[in-house]
Formats: sequence, C-alpha cells, structure tokens
Amino acid sequence: MSDISAQLIERIRAASSPLCIRGAGSKDFYGNAPQGEVLDTRGHTGIVAYEPTELFVTARGGTQLAEIEAALAAQGQYLPFEPPRFAPDSTIGGVVAAGLSGPRRASAGSVRDYVLGVRLVDGAARELVFGGQVMKNVAGYDVSRLIAGSLGTLGLILDVSLKVLPRPAAEATLRFELKQAAALDKLNRWAGQPLPIVASAWDAGVLTLRLAGARAAVEAAQQKLGADGTVDAGAFWDELRDQRTTFFAGDAPLWRLSVPSVAPVIDLPGATLIEWGGAQRWLRTDAPATTVRAAAAAVGGSAALYRAPAELKAAAGAFAPLPEPLAALQRRLKAAFDPRGILNPGRLYKEI
Amino acid sequence: MGSLEEFRQLGEGEIARLIAGLRRILATDSLLVEQEDLVPYECDGLTAYRQLPLLVALPTTEDQVVAVLKLCHELRVPVVARGAGTGLSGGATPVRHGVVLSLAKFMRILDIDPVARTARVQPGVRNLAISEAVAPYALYYAPDPSSQIACTIGGNVAENSGGVHCLKYGLTVHNVLRVRVALIDGTVVEIGSEGLDSPGYDLLALMIGSEGMLGVVLEATVKLTPKPQVAKVVMASFDDMTKAGNAVAAIIAAGIIPAGLEMMDKPATRAVEDFVHAGYDLDAEAILLAESDGTPEEVEEEIAAMKAVLEGAGARELRVSQSEAERLKFWAGRKAAFPAVGRITPDYLCMDGTIPRKHLAHVLIRIAELARQYDLRCANVFHAGDGNLHPLIMFDANKPGELERATEFGSRILELSVDVGGTITGEHGVGIEKVGQMCVQFSPEELDAFHALKAAFDPQGLLNPGKAVPTPRRCSEYRLTGSAGHGEGRAA
Ligand SMILES: Cc1cc2nc3c(=O)[nH]c(=O)nc-3n(C[C@H](O)[C@H](O)[C@H](O)COP(=O)(O)OP(=O)(O)OC[C@H]3O[C@@H](n4cnc5c(N)ncnc54)[C@H](O)[C@@H]3O)c2cc1C
Repeated sequence: MSDISAQLIERIRAASSPLCIRGAGSKDFYGNAPQGEVLDTRGHTGIVAYEPTELFVTARGGTQLAEIEAALAAQGQYLPFEPPRFAPDSTIGGVVAAGLSGPRRASAGSVRDYVLGVRLVDGAARELVFGGQVMKNVAGYDVSRLIAGSLGTLGLILDVSLKVLPRPAAEATLRFELKQAAALDKLNRWAGQPLPIVASAWDAGVLTLRLAGARAAVEAAQQKLGADGTVDAGAFWDELRDQRTTFFAGDAPLWRLSVPSVAPVIDLPGATLIEWGGAQRWLRTDAPATTVRAAAAAVGGSAALYRAPAELKAAAGAFAPLPEPLAALQRRLKAAFDPRGILNPGRLYKEI
Repeated sequence: MGSLEEFRQLGEGEIARLIAGLRRILATDSLLVEQEDLVPYECDGLTAYRQLPLLVALPTTEDQVVAVLKLCHELRVPVVARGAGTGLSGGATPVRHGVVLSLAKFMRILDIDPVARTARVQPGVRNLAISEAVAPYALYYAPDPSSQIACTIGGNVAENSGGVHCLKYGLTVHNVLRVRVALIDGTVVEIGSEGLDSPGYDLLALMIGSEGMLGVVLEATVKLTPKPQVAKVVMASFDDMTKAGNAVAAIIAAGIIPAGLEMMDKPATRAVEDFVHAGYDLDAEAILLAESDGTPEEVEEEIAAMKAVLEGAGARELRVSQSEAERLKFWAGRKAAFPAVGRITPDYLCMDGTIPRKHLAHVLIRIAELARQYDLRCANVFHAGDGNLHPLIMFDANKPGELERATEFGSRILELSVDVGGTITGEHGVGIEKVGQMCVQFSPEELDAFHALKAAFDPQGLLNPGKAVPTPRRCSEYRLTGSAGHGEGRAA
C-alpha cells in the first residue's frame, strides 16, 4: 500500500513535454507507439476498499491485477470481464486504460461495463472524481466509463472502483468439430436461447464452448447442446484469456476485428480465431491494412492492428480511422481534459 | 431546484423568423404555437414544476429534425428534446424561450434481427413495445423501468434508465449497442456499432445518461436477451427494517445475484395493497421480493437457497409464487408503487438516491426522522439489490409552504445519500430537480470538467440548457440557501 498521488499530480502539473503514463508496460505493444517521458504508476498501490456484499472493489491505479484477483478469489468473487494478464505485474490502471476484455466479454460485458467510478488526474493536473462505488449512478456525464479504453490520453487513473460478481458455481467445457461458417451459425443460434454459454472460441476447425452458472443449468445445457460429454479444458481458457495459445505465437501481424456476431466468414488470407460468439475475429494476415479495414467495415465492424512490427503500425495506425465528425468530437474531448496535449499523445490517434 | 429564467430572451423579430423557418420545415400539424396546444408539454413527470415553451416541434422525418436543429442553432434558440415526458427529474421541462423537440412521432421499429439478437428502433418507440415485438422470437429487451408502457427508448438512453431486473441484466448502458445522434448544429454521427466495440473514445457511454444535453437520439440499436424458461419470486416479510436490509446483503454474500431484488416499507405496502390487492403482509415493516430466473432446475435450486438465507435472516413469512399469474401479482404492487402512492396524496416527489446497501437501515431511520421533522408522509420503495432508494414524499401543493417543505426534505435525503458514500441519482437523472445537489456531490473542478465536456458537443449550450450541471453561480446560491458543502465518502 502506498499513496503517491501527490507526486503523480505534481509531475503532471510540472510537465512541459509529453508524458507516457505507464504501469508494468505489459501493453506497450498496444495502440500506437508510446512516446514521452515515462510516468511510472507502480508506486501508487493498494486495495483501498473491497466489500464483497456491496459487490465492488476500489484500488489504486498501480495495484497489480494479480493482487486484486487473489483478494476477490478469497471471497469467491471475480472480475467477469477477464482482462488479459500479459505480465504477472500488470496493473489495474493499465487494464482499465486499455479497456481490453477477455473470453467472457460477450456474455458478461466489457471493462467499461464494470467501471463504477474513477479518481483521476487530468492533463491540467486537476484531481477529479467521477462515478462512485454504487451500482447505479447517473449524476453528471459518465466520465468514468469514458476513461475505460482511453489509453491514458484523458487522465491518469489514481484509483478505480469496479463492480465484482460471485464466481459461478459450476463450469464445463464442450468441444465440437465444425467449419467456420457452421460454427458462426451455431454460435448465433445458441446465443438466442437461454443457455449459460459464457465464452466461445473457434480455431482451426474446433469450436470450444464454456458453460457456467448454476450446476443444474450447466448440466441441462450440456444435454441440450448435444455434446458427447465435457472435455477437460486444462489451461485452455486461461491461455486464451492471456493470448498465449499457439494462434497468438509467431510474428505475422495480428488484427483484432470487432464485427456484428452474425457477420459472415471474412475472406482474407491467413488464420482466424473467433471469440465472443462471433463478435471478435482475430486475424493473422499480411494483407494490406486498407484491405483488412475495408473488409471489417463492409460487415459493419472495425479492425485494429493489434500486434505488428513498428513500421507497419506507424504507417497504418493502430485503430481504424474515424469519420471526420467523430474525430472532431474526440479532439474536442481530448482538449477538454488535456488542453496541453501532454498525456500519452498519439497513443490512440495521432491527433489526440 | 434550478431556475430556467436565466437564458437569453428572444425579440419579437427573432421569434417571427423562428416560426417562419419552422413552418418551411414542418407540416402545419407538426408545429404547435397556441398556448392551449403547448399546455400538455409544460412539464414531465416532475409535475410540481411547469413552464410553457415558446413552441413545440413534432417532426416526422430525420431530415426535419436536422433542419429544426440547424435553424435553432443558427438563431441561437434553446432546444429541449422530449420523448414521452415520463421523466421524474424535469429533464424534459421546457425552457421559456426555447423549442420543445418532440420525438413522439418516431414510433417505428425499423428492424428486428432475431439471429443477431438486436433491434433497430426509432427514438419514440416505447420500451415495452420492443419486448412485445420480439416476443415471437422468445427474446426481450431487458431494462424494464416501471414506466415501460409509456417511456421511450430515446428517453431511456438519455437517462440511462434501469428497472427491477438490472442487478442481473444491466442498465440501458449495458443493453444499447449503437445510437445515431444529431448534434446541435445538425451534424449526424453514428456512435457505437452493431459489433461489441468501436474504435476511439467510448462516446456511447457518454451519450447514455447525458440527459438530452449532448445530442438528439435519432435511432438506437438495442441488444435483445433470450427469455428465461421460467421465473419465480420469493416474497419475504420482515418485522424490522434492519433485518430486511441485512437479508439483502446475506443473499449477495451467499453468491446469489437474483434476477430482481426489491423492497417496500410499510407505508408503501399499504398504499399498493389498496390499489392492486396482491395479498401483501400489511403488518410487516418491510417486504422483500427476490426473483430467480433460468432453467426450471436452476430456479428450484436458487429459490431454495434464497429461502434458506431469508429464513436465516429472520423473515417472518415467506411465500414463493406458484404460477406465472401469481408471480406477476407479487410484482404488480411494486411496479405500481408510484401510481398507488399517487392515489393517497395530491402530490408527491420521488427521490432517487443510491447508497451502499449496508447503510440501508441507517438511511431509512434517518428518513423517518426527517419525515417527522418536516411533518410530511414518506413511503419507501427501492431497488434493494443495487441500493437505489425511491422515497416518495407526499404533500399537497395547494397548501402554502408544503412544496417548499417537500423539496427541502428531498434535498436532505439526497445529501444523506452522498454522505454515506452514495449518489443523488441512480436512474432518474439530475434534470432541474437535483441540479443544486450536484454542488454537494461534485467539486467546482469536476463541474468545470462537465461544462468543458458539454462544450465539446454543444459550444453555445443550446441543448437542454439549465439542466443537470449547475453553473458556479447556481452553486454559490445553493450553498447559501441550501446547506452542507461536500459530503464525505467521495471515494472513486
Ligand atoms: C410511474 C413511473 C415509473 C418510473 N419508473 C422508472 C424506473 O423503474 N426506472 C427508471 O429508470 N425510470 C423510471 N421512471 C422515469 C422515466 O420513465 C424514465 O426516465 C424514462 O427513461 C423517461 O423516458 P421518456 O420517453 O418519458 O423521456 P422524457 O421524460 O420525455 O425525457 C427524459 C429526458 O430525455 C431527453 N430525451 C428524450 N428523448 C430524447 C432523444 N430522442 N434524444 C435525446 N434526448 C432525449 C429529454 O430531453 C429529457 O432530458 C418512471 C417514471 C414514472 C412516471
């Protein structure tokens, strides 16, 4: 436990050139290349409040995700959005700023869905509190959710309150051999039924499903889905969550496509991994950025260049370009919170 | 309470130009200018405060909405968007020298995709109409405000509305994928997408709950949820409020997230029993309704577990719904609580603070003390699962001084909510009603940040002015006449 908020605020106040807000640096690869002088949050640590029956945890931004998850596990609770753990010392501030969610996202919701409140220091070195620790709060604009996924460009997260939930009583994993189109079809049809499917992954002709919930519901669903039986998933879901399965190994550019779950097979060269019931398509491809982005846009989605050599990222930009009216809104929001443009400039988009 | 008088007055010439311009855009019956036609728009569900607008525009096409906004922007005329007018915080209360932009005629469900589990709807579509339209696919739209027969999806988006099932199924913000929005200058933007994530800042999170101050919702794509196979509700009565409050915590401590977890106190129970005759225990100090949904096996398991917890927590009577009809009957009273209280008092104010559940008993005792102090009756219903209280303060606006007393009583409850670490509004919004208490919950720097954010969307402050975010001047007034500076418990 240590509170260095005064120092962090002072660093921002005194800064005259760009700062790179950084926890463990496990997501340095994500977004556009970090630039500026490092402002390390790892000295700002500790779970400030955790009340299992109030279903929330509040932690300082530099607190390790692992510490929080261990505290929750001791009470039979968890973070349902399952943020990837790229390093053992990943911080919660980084988790929220990056806004990346794991396998359960389609059923449980995303990081932003679990953000209840933040205390942040913005680019003008103002200490600001938005939201709170309660489940429902509509006082003022929902800035705390806006912070999720903003990649540190609007403010440094001093502390964050997250909703937590009890761990499901039972879990089971099922496997099916299916071609991609058939898997997509099945995933969408199953999702329209009251089945406790909490995660899904299709990779190389195999669809893996995770069921979770009350024991009775999980058992009933197994029968209904017509699987021969459950399989021992071993570390599969953890490896998928942390992006350590073989699909993620190697150097080919990795794209993350966010598309409607019903989007058809996206016909591009390279390997595909499907998650979130069809709504997240990972792609290893050397196809040109414009081709990948056009393919995602054609089905009503967007494509982020997730992991790629620096030159490629610099040329293509990590995230899909925005239509001008939206880009203009984002620039004005950035200016509202960081008028000097010193917090993680360029990390999300060049001009913010 | 905010004053809506401080905005620029329009001169005769400006008004004439505005009306002439609107006549070119709108059909004759889509523009209301006569006082008798304006009266139905003078307030929303916060009926204690009324203000006639300059005029009401009821466009029927998106192009018309855009043209109306452009004209108002050019002439610098305030615009207040309006859905069904069921809001309880005065969010849709007109501005005297402003236009009410009613989206009531946008009532079409544009597309239902049962496979993708989405519906694309116009903003004036009623919340319940979505669930009714998708029922043939065994799907529904999960957020279910008690006003769902009447309130519109545009209003729901603006308020981030919740319902009795949102502990498990989320609020509006968790169930809307995309909105198309017209900004005040007529620019149309698509926010969110039919996928789950969109690039850039999460403007969707910002739009939802923005009380009509950032843009006008023209269309929304909502998520649909598969209907659970069965649902059952346990009704528990307690002879002590503290026990009932502890029972709520005990259910959650047992690892259960009920589909609904609602509470009513004795005055509320009596009012609703007279209205719906659901057979509630009239001597109980508190009644708790805990719902379970899912497969038949799952529901049996969870109901048994909840019964055990409730017994352990000291419930004096437990009843489990034995049929769908009985389940609906148990819920009927809770869902009709506002109108039921409306029958026993000429007027009421509905408060909306959210508090950490552990302070439930303390806050209720304090509310009872305040009721005595202000000499007014108060019935309490709450979304106990998420700590969202709805104290209903009863008064008679025709008796001199009662409205003022009721308002002051309400302010004390909201300040109390902030003091115990909660918030002044869980789902009804700030509107004009709680704009003063915003000065209690937020620091001047935070309010500045809200103003800057608003200016990023609406630099001239024309959309729904005077609502939700107080000016510094308003705060100094509130601090002089109201009370308290900052509450404690302002943790993130
Ligand atoms: C009996 C009763 C029970 C209620 N129960 C609940 C409940 O359980 N949960 C809950 O959350 N609320 C509840 N409410 C409050 C209210 O119904 C909700 O706030 C609802 O979302 C308002 O919808 P509306 O269409 O009536 O909006 P209005 O009252 O017309 O407007 C509300 C706000 O939305 C803005 N707005 C409306 N349409 C648009 C648009 N298209 N674009 C931009 N802004 C727009 C308005 O400017 C205003 O600020 C209840 C109200 C009543 C009267």
